[in-house]
Amino acid sequence: MRFYEYESKELFARHGLPLGQRAVAESADQARQAAADIGGSVVLKSQVLSGGRMKAGAVKFADTPDEAAAHFDAIMPIVVNGQNARSVLVESKSPIAKEYYVGITWDGRRKLPVLIFSDMGGIDIEEVAETHPEHVSKTHISTILPFSPRVAKEAIGAVGVTGSELNRLTPIISTLVEIFLHYDLTLAEINPLAQLENGKFIVLDGHVDMEAEARDKHKALLDDLGIQPEETRQARPPTDFEIKGAQVDASDHRGVAGNVVGFDGNLGLVIGAGGGSLTLFDAVRKHGGKPANYCEIGGNPSVKKAKELTKLILSKPGVEKIAVMMNVVSNTRVDIVARAVIKGCIESGRDPAETIAIFRIPGSWEDEGFKILKKYNVEFCDRSVSMYEAAGRAVAKMS
Amino acid sequence: MSILIDKDTTFIIQGITGREAVNMTRECLNYGSKVVGGVTPGRAGREIYGVPVFDCVRDITKRMKVNGAVVSVPPKFTRDAVFEAIENGIETIVIVTERIPRQEVAQMVELANLRGARIIGPNCLGIITPGQCKMGGVGGPADDTRKAYSSGPVGIMSRSGGMTTEIANTLTAAGLGQSTAVSIGGDAIIGSSYAEIMPLFEADPETKAIAIYSEPGGRMEAELAEWVRENNSRLPVVAFMAGRFMDEMPGMRFGHAGTIVEGKADTTAEKIERMREAGIAVAERIEDIPALIKERLAEAA
Repeated sequence: MRFYEYESKELFARHGLPLGQRAVAESADQARQAAADIGGSVVLKSQVLSGGRMKAGAVKFADTPDEAAAHFDAIMPIVVNGQNARSVLVESKSPIAKEYYVGITWDGRRKLPVLIFSDMGGIDIEEVAETHPEHVSKTHISTILPFSPRVAKEAIGAVGVTGSELNRLTPIISTLVEIFLHYDLTLAEINPLAQLENGKFIVLDGHVDMEAEARDKHKALLDDLGIQPEETRQARPPTDFEIKGAQVDASDHRGVAGNVVGFDGNLGLVIGAGGGSLTLFDAVRKHGGKPANYCEIGGNPSVKKAKELTKLILSKPGVEKIAVMMNVVSNTRVDIVARAVIKGCIESGRDPAETIAIFRIPGSWEDEGFKILKKYNVEFCDRSVSMYEAAGRAVAKMS
Repeated sequence: MSILIDKDTTFIIQGITGREAVNMTRECLNYGSKVVGGVTPGRAGREIYGVPVFDCVRDITKRMKVNGAVVSVPPKFTRDAVFEAIENGIETIVIVTERIPRQEVAQMVELANLRGARIIGPNCLGIITPGQCKMGGVGGPADDTRKAYSSGPVGIMSRSGGMTTEIANTLTAAGLGQSTAVSIGGDAIIGSSYAEIMPLFEADPETKAIAIYSEPGGRMEAELAEWVRENNSRLPVVAFMAGRFMDEMPGMRFGHAGTIVEGKADTTAEKIERMREAGIAVAERIEDIPALIKERLAEAA
């Protein structure tokens, strides 16, 4: 879950990292006031959940409060990679001598956090790693030993930085690692970490991602920062349809019937589980079908929950039929899903036999499930029909 | 032969009195697995389908040799349960629980590496050696498990628990049994990746080929490709890659916690290329896997 820059910086400030004077503006007047309070030249940056702000023109410099107010109005409407700006961060502009990069992320292969440091900051780190590998160090961090600043020192020294720079950078980087570990982050990045002309260091831009699974654990921090539990912070904001899908899933703790994502097509998908859904979505598209949605059923949800999911999908404009498909199931009961989708059709005023293009869920309790489907004349198939073929049968029924 | 588990494997279930764990215990027993004990703090003295329940792992390990543990406790308590299993000398630990923050998984893996234990999962359905032992929920009820799995020459590794069984079922229908199937888990950080399990299959004379199920996200497929090439593996590998639609949807998470396209290396296109370069066959459909394996087995013979 990505933090806005101003949230990342608030977190950094709480832990004593050096930051410039700054304020969040939600109107041109607030931007003007912030610039006046800070004094001198300021930088205005769009608060948006995406990189590439500079290129999009969503970062501007102002020498006067009036100029800051004008820039606010120019920045707010700019959409960066599909994301709207929430506000504008107004920050003092400082004279910079040198820029560094520091970031901590996970190395999935080594299964450890990795500290990445470079004395060529301010630009894309992956580019630096390719063109100037000797200027980038990667240092792994233990998750069971207490953190020790020697890790930071080694990372800094590895690119040839020494002297007072090394001694001034060590506590900053150590603090960033501690923040990363303490808050279960998946990314903690400062780029650039700038050295001012007076020798001091300052965080110019920062970016933090928190593991979604750790949100409950760090609820106090998220509450303080004003991050609401329903904010998904995905690559694009959720639609009403997707928000309703999440509500269906949250209505009952048993099993999963959610992770609904809307698409433009006419074939509603009631599919599962994690891997099965990915496989089936691909299969429908390969047959030339147009999915209306993605979703995941798994872990044996209640009849009510799966029924509500079916009704939600049927209520989506343009949905003509639904395909109910899963891999051979281990935990989810076939009869429960069969009952749920039939009820969902009936309560939506649709004929199950007409509406359910195909039902392909083999596995536990399949005989009971198939009996129910037969009674309502729903076309179903057992494990002798592949997931791919079942998807093809559904697509063939679409106009 | 097989890998990781066989007919003599003994294991315990941590969190045995939970609703899902009770069912899992029954079905593992029905399949013939040796479930020798269960742990739920404060519930010592109970029995679950004849399996005695204890307060701690040590109460069992001080009495007998235990090979494995299935951990099915809520995410908040998983690290403690896994540490307990590791520190009491258990060698193979299957973590069923999902939604564990990856730092805690990393801590479990780091300790397991220090102590010489192996972790499978988290967010997985476990391991099965058909006809001998089922350790975890893989395959579901024992009767359904017998329908899908049969004994034979193909090793399976899958990032999806459900697709482990779908692939086994497809292989069984085509007359290809399985040596051992491992549901490795769907998280960004897991105890054992494809490349880390490959040496076990490579050393198992009964295993003649490998089928894997894979998804966008992570570097595990590239790591497998490297392993296969560097070790000049004797085993033909056939992979199925799901989630191809995700290549066009960077930043969106689908399916499993670790299934997200953040960079080019996460895409299915890139992974397929890496695997094909290493001689791994990539099946377009699940039902194409048996023929691809048979072709390669015939070439080898």
